[in-house]
Amino acid sequence: MVLQDPDSQVILARVGDDVAFGCENLGVARDEIWRRVRESLDAVGLDVPPDYPTARLSGGQKQRLALAGVLAMRPGLLLLDEPTANLDSKGVDDVRDAVGRVLDRRDSTLVVIEHRVETWLDLVDRVIVLKAGAGVVADGSPSEVLAREGKRLAASGVWVPRYPPTVPVRKSTPGSTLLHAHELAIGRARGATIQHELEIEVAAGSALAVTGPNGSGKSTLGLTLGGLLAPLAGTLDASGLARGLSPDPYRWKSRELVSRIGSVFQDPEHQFLAATVREELAVGPRVLKLTRAEIATQVEDLAERLRLTTLLAANPFTLSGGEKRRLSVATALITRPPLLIVDEPTFGQDSRTWAELVRIFAELLDAGSALVAITHDAAFVTALADSELVLAARAEVRQ
Amino acid sequence: MTSILTPARGEQPIFRVNPVAKLTTALVLGVALLLSLDWVSAAVALACEIVLMIWAGVGARRLGLRVLPILLASLVAGVTIALYGRPSGATHFAFLFARVSDGSLTLATATVLRILAIALPALVLFLTVDPTDLADGLGQVLHLPSRFVLGALAALRLAGLFLDDWRSLELARRARGTADRGRLRRFAGQAFALLVLSIRRGSKLATAMEARGFGGSTRRTWARESRFGWPEAFLILIGLGVAAAAIAAAVLAGTWSFLGRP
Repeated sequence: MVLQDPDSQVILARVGDDVAFGCENLGVARDEIWRRVRESLDAVGLDVPPDYPTARLSGGQKQRLALAGVLAMRPGLLLLDEPTANLDSKGVDDVRDAVGRVLDRRDSTLVVIEHRVETWLDLVDRVIVLKAGAGVVADGSPSEVLAREGKRLAASGVWVPRYPPTVPVRKSTPGSTLLHAHELAIGRARGATIQHELEIEVAAGSALAVTGPNGSGKSTLGLTLGGLLAPLAGTLDASGLARGLSPDPYRWKSRELVSRIGSVFQDPEHQFLAATVREELAVGPRVLKLTRAEIATQVEDLAERLRLTTLLAANPFTLSGGEKRRLSVATALITRPPLLIVDEPTFGQDSRTWAELVRIFAELLDAGSALVAITHDAAFVTALADSELVLAARAEVRQ
Repeated sequence: MTSILTPARGEQPIFRVNPVAKLTTALVLGVALLLSLDWVSAAVALACEIVLMIWAGVGARRLGLRVLPILLASLVAGVTIALYGRPSGATHFAFLFARVSDGSLTLATATVLRILAIALPALVLFLTVDPTDLADGLGQVLHLPSRFVLGALAALRLAGLFLDDWRSLELARRARGTADRGRLRRFAGQAFALLVLSIRRGSKLATAMEARGFGGSTRRTWARESRFGWPEAFLILIGLGVAAAAIAAAVLAGTWSFLGRP
């Protein structure tokens, strides 16, 4: 069985041990274990030595490692639960190809649970569609099921190849410069520079997409532009947003930041502070010292726009993935910052939430706000971005 | 991702010795040095240890700053005992409750030496242990239940993730506008959020481990043999030798006092 989250499936610190773990539990003899470890790593195309630290693997490599660990146990049935939901497009291809290779070599059965249908279409012989409360809705060959149910599936949020979500037409034109980075060097700590000599300009009403492979510093760049991490070198000039403050957003106070730059983190759970959705949305306006009546109106309005009204009394942690994402975007939007920085907003989202997010961001841009989106999602870039910054992979520093 | 499980590697043979043997050696030295409170046994043990460490290729440069806290702690303990320890013999200096006497000075020296003599080898032995090897050793040599040993090892890997989580939580609070005031309350809130996240991660990890057959009734095998041979026996013998030399020297010098009895 292989699950969604790459991080929580790595069990041990060394690649070889992790693959061997299942065999050890099954009581397989030592020589046989290492034979199987080599064979499984080879089958999933993970070309690293057995004592390689698992902490250094990328998301896609971790998922292939999990797959290798399962393969080494010689199962008759492979059960995969959205194994590519948290991966970039290369990671998705690598994992899919690895599963394909495994099926070619051995007579295993594959059961995969997925809402991105296209990924697995070439590998599966049968598709079963389930509906909450209604059981099996459709069951048959992929072409047959998708022809008959495709439209309805797409409407309920499944990614179906022939029915892509609709994308709004962008109307805005770029305005004045809000933020300008010159020879910017970024990193999580002094002496650990990830990227340097970056030249970036963000204008009102425009969307900048930041793309690049895992580990290239996309998230770090987002945090730096958002005034959360200090630039390691160069200048970051946010005079267009400062309204009387210092041009360097890292020097702004936390409460000065919320009305100027909104940051949406990759993991929504990191940002939740309150016990209910209503309270969560009220955090920003309260910091800005709005009156109780103003806060109530703003919360209701935004909840309505983002389909959160029925959830206002719920605990943020109990929401579904798509709802959490919408809520975390809403918490940043409610203080109406002229610049919104979002980190992987569409990761693992169904097509319906995807379309909603794109619509919300497009409206925001048309209203003159700027957007910086860190993303792997090519469709999202095509739909929204005015410009794209591609960060190159970091040359790995070996000690 | 921050990891605290990065394998400890090095060229020196000490890195290859089974961690269980290192654990035993540190224990032998510790117990032997706690038996008496005199300065001769501590000094002899410390001298032997320093010579052995240099011989094994683990010199001051390798230990670096990590010795510093131990050094400071031992000095602080020494000064405290010099001032407030049981006075005897000639008094050199007195102020309020503080009395520096011959007796308290001897006791202070003995304490500083003793802390160093116990802590230094423990530090060296553990700095050269890879947690994965230690788990192998505990499971195979000492036959501790694999459920606990491997559970703990897997949990240790998560501890690295918590460091990353904590940093993200901190930045997220600044981004939400709540990071200016109420440091204590914010800390409490952040700690609670981390607890929630860690329980979730823990249960996911448990599922992943069970999915790979962990905790079943089958007798488990180990992919890597944890060897316990001559090098291990040799290390423990060295430990026993140092302990014996220290005690013998103290008895001969007439300073030996079992558990502090005069």
